Amino acid sequence: MSEEQEVVTVVKAPVYLKYNFTAGAAPARFLAQIKKGVLTGQRCPKCSAVYVPPRGSCGGCGVATEEEVVLSNKATVQSFTIVYIPIPNNPIQPPYIIANVVPDGANVSFIHLMSECVNEDVHIGARVEAVWKPKEEWAFAMDNIRYYRPIDEPNVPVDQIGKLPVTGLEG
Amino acid sequence: MSQPEVLNQAFELGYTYTRSTGPVIGRFLTELRNRNIVGIKASDGRVVVPPMEYDPNTAEALSEFVEVGQQGEIVSFAWVKEPREAHPMDVPFAWAMIKLDGADVPMIHCVAAVSEDAVATGARVQAVWADETIGYITDIRCFELV
Repeated sequence: MSEEQEVVTVVKAPVYLKYNFTAGAAPARFLAQIKKGVLTGQRCPKCSAVYVPPRGSCGGCGVATEEEVVLSNKATVQSFTIVYIPIPNNPIQPPYIIANVVPDGANVSFIHLMSECVNEDVHIGARVEAVWKPKEEWAFAMDNIRYYRPIDEPNVPVDQIGKLPVTGLEG
Repeated sequence: MSQPEVLNQAFELGYTYTRSTGPVIGRFLTELRNRNIVGIKASDGRVVVPPMEYDPNTAEALSEFVEVGQQGEIVSFAWVKEPREAHPMDVPFAWAMIKLDGADVPMIHCVAAVSEDAVATGARVQAVWADETIGYITDIRCFELV
């Protein structure tokens, strides 16, 4: 090697996958409702399970779902994790909580952020509610719901999580 | 029920890898940065470019680097009519297997040419260096017909 230079030991080899993601019929209906500030699922005509966000079919029965069901802003924590590691390009400062929440009236959970909570106090079965962005910021986006926060209601027993009617605990 | 609006959105997934070169490719890239092209001598005497760490026949570690020429011969090629974003040129070009002078196996790189007709098996080409070399295969910007 003719010049006094450092030997090359690494190369940058990034891979970028550029997608044009199309929501599909059922998620498009769901997002159209989200834009209006309404959380909806779809009910399986066979087993009655309510899916949110809907994918347009029931994974268990293998049939299309059509019936739209309006869900509650209240939900139950099915599981959660406390995130301590910062994620690149994520503005949220750790530690924060990512939870699987089941809205009342639905039978499956989705992942969302929790806030206005003491991280150490969050637990499975905890009752929470959606905090929406101001109406003028609503878009075709799940983060119209800014986060979920705890509410003062009794815990849901583990075997009841994901089985509450849209009217919640009292229903 | 009315037909819902079709929703779509651009989405980019990026894996920002940095890869270790190992000592042999590291040497090759270091030499490229100095505008030299090196191969390595295999147990049967062939000079392999780019150099490889282990002998293709005996699997012994290789270490005898050999500088090869910056000119060579096109062994085979494929003409790219419509370059894509990831390609090294934004005008039509050829991917070619180029056997550099002093090397015994061809190396793949791109060849700049005015048209497909201008490229031929057996044609002589010359390496064109990038304005700034950084220790990457694109330090050779392309090969040009001699």
